[in-house]
Amino acid sequence: MTDLSSAPLPGLCAQDHVRGPDGAPLVIVYGDFECPYCAAAEAKLHGARLRIAFRHFPVRSSHPRAWPAAGAAEAAALQGRFWEMHDLLFADQGRLEDPHLWARARTLGLDLDRFDADRRSPLVAARIRGDFESGVRGGVVTTPTLVIDGAVHAGRIEAQLLEDHGAGEP
Amino acid sequence: MSGPSADGPIRAGSPVPEFTLLREDGTEFTRADLEGNTTVLVFYPFAFSPVCTDQIGLYEEVLGDYLAKRGVSMYGVSCDARWSQTAFREKLGVGIAQLSDFEPKGAACRAFGVYHPGGFPQRALVIVGPDVVVGWSYQAPSPGDLPGANLIFDGLDAVAAGSGTA
Repeated sequence: MTDLSSAPLPGLCAQDHVRGPDGAPLVIVYGDFECPYCAAAEAKLHGARLRIAFRHFPVRSSHPRAWPAAGAAEAAALQGRFWEMHDLLFADQGRLEDPHLWARARTLGLDLDRFDADRRSPLVAARIRGDFESGVRGGVVTTPTLVIDGAVHAGRIEAQLLEDHGAGEP
Repeated sequence: MSGPSADGPIRAGSPVPEFTLLREDGTEFTRADLEGNTTVLVFYPFAFSPVCTDQIGLYEEVLGDYLAKRGVSMYGVSCDARWSQTAFREKLGVGIAQLSDFEPKGAACRAFGVYHPGGFPQRALVIVGPDVVVGWSYQAPSPGDLPGANLIFDGLDAVAAGSGTA
């Protein structure tokens, strides 16, 4: 029986997608590629000296293409290009239909057949679901939700928040 | 103390009072409809309001894959007219069935101790066991606070353990 009862949000895990300099403040993001507030948050995070970990928190009713977009990012990850796909997805949230996902895969030079099989695979679905479940158990209710120094910030983020946590210019 | 109270939702261990709500098709949904199933009643303030939209969307994600597999039913309850509830559910594209407490307005919410003085349901969760006794209940600190879906599972665990204290 699957259990979503309360549990602390996990700290950095081996399977997390992480980028940013070692030693920079760590921010764990629960996000959704179709969420405009997530795209706005990503723009702020990208301009700061931070170490970012991204976890999926797709909610279909608000964002019907969030799951397929998450699948595209994970399929790209299996070819070593998670962050490139992550950035391309957030850069153009109006184009998240399948042909748009294939176009991004082509832009990144991915093996298209493999990309298309992987993004629909049980392995990728389990990966996305695992991120979502960890968020639900930790009380995540909306996107973006950021975890900085163990403190949880839900919804829109202000630049001041990142400065308060020691994020300088890159 | 058990039963409806002025300071919070109906408590664990209280028998569910008599009530009448309307389903989306206009038929009545009463206490008898709770018999034999574990049911989560999600009281929410207003169809189409921002927090309720996030709440119902989030709970939908855990309904099919997690709650239904545990044999648990879920209903959204508000004082909106059933037509508004249907429009809300269809707009969100969710399956969570809706129950309307429109007329006499808030009568069922009052029976469950979750009627806000502003004229709408508190944001509250009530889990009713197959014996139609409240197993667990929770009311958000304010209507603007969205209870995580994890709380529903904590409640189900508390019911299973025989202790429904939120």
